[in-house]
Amino acid sequence: MSSVRVLVGTKKGAFILTSDGRRERWEVSEPFFAGWEMYHLKGSPVNPNRIYASQTSGWFGQQIQRSDDGGKTWEAVGNEFKYDGDPGTHQWYDGTQHPWEFKRVWHLEPSLTDPDLVYAGVEDAACFRSTDGGKSWQELPNLRAAKGHLWQPGAGGMGLHTIIIDPSNPNRIYGAISAAGVFRTDDAGESWKPINRGLKVAWELPDPDADVGHCVHRIAIHPSRPNVLFMQKHWDVMRSDDGGEMWYDIGGNLPTDFGFPIDVHAHEPETIYVVPIKSDSEHFPPEGKLRVYRSRTGGNEWEPLTNGLPQENCYVNVLRDAMAVDSLDACGIYFGTTGGQVYCSPDAGDTWKPIVRDLPPVYSVEVQTLR
Amino acid sequence: MIRVVLPYHLRTLARVGEDEVELAVPEPVTIAAVLDALEARFPALRGTIRDHGTVKRRAFVRFFACKEDLSHEPPATTSLPEPIRRGEEPFIIVGAIAGG
Repeated sequence: MSSVRVLVGTKKGAFILTSDGRRERWEVSEPFFAGWEMYHLKGSPVNPNRIYASQTSGWFGQQIQRSDDGGKTWEAVGNEFKYDGDPGTHQWYDGTQHPWEFKRVWHLEPSLTDPDLVYAGVEDAACFRSTDGGKSWQELPNLRAAKGHLWQPGAGGMGLHTIIIDPSNPNRIYGAISAAGVFRTDDAGESWKPINRGLKVAWELPDPDADVGHCVHRIAIHPSRPNVLFMQKHWDVMRSDDGGEMWYDIGGNLPTDFGFPIDVHAHEPETIYVVPIKSDSEHFPPEGKLRVYRSRTGGNEWEPLTNGLPQENCYVNVLRDAMAVDSLDACGIYFGTTGGQVYCSPDAGDTWKPIVRDLPPVYSVEVQTLR
Repeated sequence: MIRVVLPYHLRTLARVGEDEVELAVPEPVTIAAVLDALEARFPALRGTIRDHGTVKRRAFVRFFACKEDLSHEPPATTSLPEPIRRGEEPFIIVGAIAGG
């Protein structure tokens, strides 16, 4: 029988939540790496027992952990992230130039075909690649050549937070950075270009047509239609139908188009999910009601999903890497909150239950569907 | 043998059960020589006490020996006190009390 394994990164450790395919009864692990900030854990699509984890600490820096037995045991692998050559400078909050400094790994993206190949999105924003299962890391420096001197940190830092590999073309990779924008390589990371046309918010940028400087919070694709991209931006929910060459607004009737995560149903490429957040000043749901919004039309027409979610006095946030979907026949949707709850809907969003309520603030949620 | 006390998180990272580890450190026994020996024995600690590239001490890590704070002393040239070299006192690596 199928089962699911949910990998949860929190401010104070990692947790693994497991269930059979019914997704009714869950086992919650003890914390792994207790006390460390676990930014992200993700399994290899070709070898689900191979899981990579980003473990970090303000005291002791960055570690990359790797498991080859589905998260039962872990091994610290390479943690040296050295920018290629002279790291140079990027724009600082006051408009001056500031040296690039490695801080942490925000996101790990294993290859779709090779369990030893994995990409790391780091702060200060750059993309690193390992071809030996995380033992050593090399930067793909031409991402920062895409006008990196004009990038500047968002309030949460300047991290490469999203990496998406095109399942139909492993040489095409998308990366998204706050607050720089979306970038694409078509040659496996040798060269990158900004793909931010159409991201226009006049009050965010002096030049709304600027190539870079856009505060992109998250992008998502459906594997069957890799040229269609969905984006949750600082403000605006956006869509591109041409691999990011042009974006257009699909916020439609959302109560607010601010938010962090966005994801796509596993079997319905036009069904997408967001969690509207009141504003960039108030990072919690409008009216204290935690609502996931679903569009079955690829955007513009959205319905609130509330069954099982708190509809009063709820003031949590859902961070950009904290939503995921499984690929069971009835697609499961998962998200974690800064209040430490991890919710699951086993029926594509119609009903929700908390898997666990009292974890540390959740940074990331990934789901492995095991058959 | 040089005795080194590690903070909790580094003990778990290095999978050390005891508070202290013992290291053979060649003369001269400087701060840097102790850290070199520590990282050679426990490779998972590389980058956790001092930066990979610059080998500068990480901001919230401190070094103590015989009740003296040696955190700001030059590691390559600062010899550790005699009680440390004789193994009578430990060299203590501390995660600073900072943050939450």
